[in-house]
Amino acid sequence: MSYISKPKFQHPNLEPNEIGLTRRDYEGTLTTLCGGCGHDSISAAIIQAAADMSLEPHRVAKISGIGCSSKIPSYFLSKAHGFNSVHGRMPSVATGANLANKELFYVGISGDGDSASIGLGQFCHIVRRRINMLYIVANNGTYGLTKGQLSATADLGSKTKSGEESLYDNIDMATLAIELGASFVARSFSGDKQQLIPLLQAGLTHKGFAFIDVVSPCVTFNNTESSTHGYKNTWENYIALSEVDFVPMRKEITTSYDAGKEKEITLHDGSVIHLHKTGTNYDPYDKENALHHINQHKKKGKIATGLLYINQSTSDLHELQDTVDKPFNRLTNHDLCPGNEVLRDINETFR
Amino acid sequence: MPELVHSTKVKAMPKVNDFVVKFANVNGSGSASANNMFAKAVFRMGIPVSPHNIFPSNIQGLPTWYEVRISEDSYLGRREGVDLMVAMNEQTIKDDIKSVVPGGFVLFDASKSLNKELIRDDVNYLPIPLKDICLREFDKPAQRQLFKNIVYVGALAAFLNIDFKILTGLVSDQFRGKEKLILPNIHALELGHQYASENFDCPLPLRLKASDKNTNKVLIDGNTAVGLGCVYGGATIASWYPLTPSTSVVDSFGKYCKRLRIDPGSGKNKYSIIQAEDELAAIGIAIGAGWNGARAFTASSGPGVSLMQEFLGLAYFSEVPVVLFNIQRVGPSTGMPTRTQQGDILSCAYASHGDTKQILLFPSTPKECFENAAEAFDIADRLQTPVIVMSDLELGMNEQVCDRLVWDDGRSYDRGKVLSEEQLEEIEKFGRYQDVDGDGIPYRTYPGTHPHKGSYFTRGSSHDANAAYTEDGDVYAEVMDRIALKFKTAVKYLPEPEISDMAKNRLGMIFLGTTLSAIQEVLGSLAKKGVVLDTLRIRAFPFHENIKEFIDSHDLVYVIEQNRDAQLKSLLKIECNANEEQMHSILSYNGVLITAQHIEREILDSMPALEDAKDVPA
Repeated sequence: MSYISKPKFQHPNLEPNEIGLTRRDYEGTLTTLCGGCGHDSISAAIIQAAADMSLEPHRVAKISGIGCSSKIPSYFLSKAHGFNSVHGRMPSVATGANLANKELFYVGISGDGDSASIGLGQFCHIVRRRINMLYIVANNGTYGLTKGQLSATADLGSKTKSGEESLYDNIDMATLAIELGASFVARSFSGDKQQLIPLLQAGLTHKGFAFIDVVSPCVTFNNTESSTHGYKNTWENYIALSEVDFVPMRKEITTSYDAGKEKEITLHDGSVIHLHKTGTNYDPYDKENALHHINQHKKKGKIATGLLYINQSTSDLHELQDTVDKPFNRLTNHDLCPGNEVLRDINETFR
Repeated sequence: MPELVHSTKVKAMPKVNDFVVKFANVNGSGSASANNMFAKAVFRMGIPVSPHNIFPSNIQGLPTWYEVRISEDSYLGRREGVDLMVAMNEQTIKDDIKSVVPGGFVLFDASKSLNKELIRDDVNYLPIPLKDICLREFDKPAQRQLFKNIVYVGALAAFLNIDFKILTGLVSDQFRGKEKLILPNIHALELGHQYASENFDCPLPLRLKASDKNTNKVLIDGNTAVGLGCVYGGATIASWYPLTPSTSVVDSFGKYCKRLRIDPGSGKNKYSIIQAEDELAAIGIAIGAGWNGARAFTASSGPGVSLMQEFLGLAYFSEVPVVLFNIQRVGPSTGMPTRTQQGDILSCAYASHGDTKQILLFPSTPKECFENAAEAFDIADRLQTPVIVMSDLELGMNEQVCDRLVWDDGRSYDRGKVLSEEQLEEIEKFGRYQDVDGDGIPYRTYPGTHPHKGSYFTRGSSHDANAAYTEDGDVYAEVMDRIALKFKTAVKYLPEPEISDMAKNRLGMIFLGTTLSAIQEVLGSLAKKGVVLDTLRIRAFPFHENIKEFIDSHDLVYVIEQNRDAQLKSLLKIECNANEEQMHSILSYNGVLITAQHIEREILDSMPALEDAKDVPA
């Protein structure tokens, strides 16, 4: 029930960002998810990420499917338009919305049931079509709203609260996204704000399809010892391939660099992602290597996180289709209607 | 060559500009363009003509027919019985010859002699050694096969008295840009013409005479007209999944966009076409675009429209404009994919679960396909709901003679109640689903319009007038009642029924869509027998009030439709509370266009019962 508006108390010293908004301006309604739900941490991270990069809230469209995850858009950026569509079909709605107006930021929020089961087909095809958006899967390995059935991302052998064990291999959304051609693929953990926030900012800035698989434990139905999507397992087996910093374009000049940084990735608007060395010499530009790393870690029961793969040189759907600069939703009669004189000539071809 | 069939010895009734020529071919043999050339030649002679393609769900090998009705009286529906059969398919030749009316003609390939059992003594045979001629005249195997079709068109020109210059003109038009093909095609036409002229008394008693009926007409199929209507109506996004018989809608849209929607300055595209992974995505994309303020559509048919049901409910309840072209084909299930039906009337009128209703438009002619396509976007924007344009395979995929397409340059798009940044600035509080004007139509905003006003949450779950989630049953009911009011308002934005006379006669007819093609002929024929009827053609759903008045003001109304279950009649009962006793169904559901003869028979058969009923005191 995402209708309870949050009281607007404001700390008098709350620092405004570059466009004069405070963190409060990036909030949504009061959450109706369970206390301790990983998804609420995702909302909080998005609020922080958007506020820190001074994103104009109304220039964001937030789109979701159905499920616990798909309620998340209610809990951040209340000045943004939201669209809670039908189960598993967020990708198509986001595709159409993006086609209609290429100038907005698109954030798609989905879950493992929404994207890995009922909507797996749409997920695959939105990746192929390279929609310029940030696509987040809040991944808890379970169906929360229907009380705890296993989802397709639950690892083989993983058990739910009721003791049901997954008999099938899981679907790994990150490797799938890389294989299908996503140009920005990351994995993170709702409990690790330090890593998640810069990844969200980088994903929002990235031009093309950015995907973040966020392990987000379900405290009510899938936070058991034997669940691979619970807090305990995730913290224990969490491997950050590199630590991530995001520096927006405007702040670049004033930011001091960390001496231990290993890689700098410049995005199309001049923003920079810094990847700090964490023991492995990870190359996020190498697709094959990315897949190898994820799978190697998985074999050991570990979860590889961080920026897994990036390619800044691909085109998005609008570039592939060579669409006009002006958004379609602002084209007028004059732009679109060829008029009667042209129709007269067309009539002649039917004679 | 058997002497028996070499001349036109059976007496043939002279028929000028009023007969049916049917071509029986093998699918994939290249007959389609030759047959089309024949129909177009008749059209260019100024004679009303209607070709009907009866084709299989197959690429190569199965039988296919092309039936051409020629009618000086502009009776352009299908007519039973064939006057001249071009029998080119050995698989079906027995039945094809059987379908020829006594005194009619059979043109066949006489390179092989005709089986004795195929010889009827009441029809005339026109044997032409098509294969032998082509073997002699052409070197390439492909040409030898393809030109058989062109040779018989040349022969028909001699038999039926087609102006040869019209045919050569058509060849030149068809192969513009591929000039190398013009001469061999003209040669093939000449070969047929020459053979027929030398071996038969030409022209036959069955013949054509130039007329002037097509001066302001065009010959166009409905799907081409829909695609063009979408360009004129301002659609920028088409998302679709290939499905017969709707595929050519998007083909047409793409073809005209390539010509008419390229920005002259930048060379960039003012349109986007997405071939989706399935019909769910196809309509999802269109709805996402509609929500964000672009005009978007999808085109499909029965199986695809079934898949779209959930999304149609979302768009109905969250009030997002979208246009869907349903080019109906024979159901249920896969049914007969390449045959026609009006079988989706009920399932589209109430598409999706829960209390829903959808706006339907019923075009009858290609011209109306063009007009309905363009106005569907205005209606969808005005009413903020899906509009389903209910064409069918017959209308979509067959060329038909109709008036020229016209666009009123003074017309501008109706984008409905959309608040701009300035308008939002002026209002106190925006509520997405508030009924400000009392007509049930709320105001909406496009995402990104204003920094802090106008944003709202669109959802398929229950919401209040401010778009906030609610599980309060009373608030839910208020929203549902307001949407019901919107559908009452809707009627004034929809095309009115076409009514001949409200109550001039005791009997009436109600129909929609392609059934129109048979109506003038039915009326003409029945009038000669002293039976006169008023007519009402439905053009949209929800129904206008005068439809109920029309039913009430007649003793009996024939509801004519092309499905098994009398879906239109049921809808009239539900929505107009029309009296069952006053409606008599005439149904046709064999996959081909309903004929005037069928309707007339049904009406005449019902007459004794009608008279009996009249004798019973009220």
